Amino acid sequence: MNKIGSTRSKVYRAVCMVIIILLALLFLFPLYWIVIGAFKTQQDNYSITPVWWPSEWSTANWEKLFSRRSAPLFDLIVPFSRNFTQDGKDLVLASGPVVPGAIRWLVNTVFMAVMAMILTCITASLAGYALAKKRFVGRGILFSLIVCAMALPKQVILIPLLREMNALGLIDNIWAVIFPTVGWPFGVFLMKQFSESIPGEVLESARIDGASELRTFTTVVCPIIKPAFGALAIFTFINSWNDYFMQLVMLSSNFNYTLPLGIATMQGENSVDTGLLMAGAALAALPIIIVFLIFQKYFTKGITMGAVKG
Amino acid sequence: MARNANPTVSRALRRHENVSGYLFMLPSLIFFVGFVIIPMVICIFTSFTDSMMNNTNPVHFVGLGNFKKLFQDQKFLEALRNTFVIVLVSVPVTCAFSLWVASSIYKMGNVLLSAFRCIFYLPVVTGSVAVTVVWKWMFNNYYGVFNYVLGSEGLGLIEKNINWLGDSRFALGCIILILLTTSVGQPIVLYVSALGNVDQTLVEAAKVDGATNFQVFWRVKWPQMLPTTLYILVITTINSFQCFALIQLLTSGGSGTNTVMYYIYYTAFKLTSTPGHFGYANAMGVILAIFIGALSALQFWAAKEK
Repeated sequence: MNKIGSTRSKVYRAVCMVIIILLALLFLFPLYWIVIGAFKTQQDNYSITPVWWPSEWSTANWEKLFSRRSAPLFDLIVPFSRNFTQDGKDLVLASGPVVPGAIRWLVNTVFMAVMAMILTCITASLAGYALAKKRFVGRGILFSLIVCAMALPKQVILIPLLREMNALGLIDNIWAVIFPTVGWPFGVFLMKQFSESIPGEVLESARIDGASELRTFTTVVCPIIKPAFGALAIFTFINSWNDYFMQLVMLSSNFNYTLPLGIATMQGENSVDTGLLMAGAALAALPIIIVFLIFQKYFTKGITMGAVKG
Repeated sequence: MARNANPTVSRALRRHENVSGYLFMLPSLIFFVGFVIIPMVICIFTSFTDSMMNNTNPVHFVGLGNFKKLFQDQKFLEALRNTFVIVLVSVPVTCAFSLWVASSIYKMGNVLLSAFRCIFYLPVVTGSVAVTVVWKWMFNNYYGVFNYVLGSEGLGLIEKNINWLGDSRFALGCIILILLTTSVGQPIVLYVSALGNVDQTLVEAAKVDGATNFQVFWRVKWPQMLPTTLYILVITTINSFQCFALIQLLTSGGSGTNTVMYYIYYTAFKLTSTPGHFGYANAMGVILAIFIGALSALQFWAAKEK
């Protein structure tokens, strides 16, 4: 009886394994199709019998993607400055050389994700530490508010947010995407969960040694919560990179686009040029996938940390 | 309070804690209040007005007018129905699927485990736009992979090409399928870690007592994974409710795939009979938030009951 049971479970496990490998291939296929599609000739891309492996590798799609030089590499803009200039336009401190639009999109996207990441790490770690270790009035209410805000759909506030950004003079500026990302309370929640593990005695002894609050934070707290920084940083970076709806609502000039927004607009304009779209999709997806693969360990930790006691 | 025998010291200490606590909170609070709380308040407020995109017209308070109009709006009701179909299908399937995958891979070696975890997470990282663009191609009526594989030269399951995204019988199903691939990543990671944390002594004890694998899973492991399951249910529900990029880029709300999230966008930014009707769009946002809040509360309550 026992023997039959174990053979049966072995068979079951083997079948499971086969199905999971097939599923994994299915999950990988779209990505494969993007990359291959970006390097196939137009003819191959429109073939009714799918060309599983390109008969000839072509860089035509990439050349097209990078063909028109249309935007400066970067614009150093003073945020909020349009409220104070006479013509109502932003003050531009410096502009880079003119480059293809897609390169500018890449620069915009990286800038947005990095800024969102840095600001979130700073603000969330300070707030998370305070929520976990400081006994101030209103701490409980504040924390409940943060948890509730997390459960609400982020996207329903986008329309009022657009109005607010309009009033602040930030519309069609990359900061209009960065600020709401920083305000999203998930980071604070994550850092609070992690800061709970800081031993009280360590903080106590720092205080007895006469360290100021800020010094205690930078020299005692920061080293302890270092793993959480890694998790939060990578998490924010990827989420901000892919937050398409926010980018769609906030950004309107072509040279201010991010990569996801640029690709989406390209699809709307000429949905027939599949090869070009795939090159664009590859440009949007590959950098973030590489970042993910490098920092995978932190990322997994970030996801599971958020769920503990969630 | 009892710890501090001296009341003056305790008061000074308390003030110190208050001041330093709020100073530490300040940078975060500026962003949180400025870009989450204030928009939320504006959203609720404008949902009771006839506020429009261009600020030229005076804003009138219309009470529950927007909400009344919404529940007579056939397009909104259809969008609401579709949203619920998406949520009711994708949430249980995501949970069951990720639990099954996680329980099949969590005992594998480190390399294999992280390889599988990565692969199932990749669609999330790739980003909804890139994923959507490629799926649209795969679903294409003339040169898409699906029609070829299922058609006469492949498996022979369908007789003639199906216009997957243009046919109201299939479009919503196709969107749910894509949504599934982009939402199982996080639950799998969570379940793998939850299964790894299951108390092994209990599992051993149950096995010694002659429990079958199924019993061990259902009676020992499952109860310990309930908090994880709850968290997964809540985040998957929120994600499914907010499904937007897929709709906008694949069908633009056509062929019976309109959802509340897309309809909000459409009402606020696209040319409808009343273009840029922010008040109306925000009323939908409020309803969506209420549904999500109620469902999350229900899930919490159900988990507590158990």
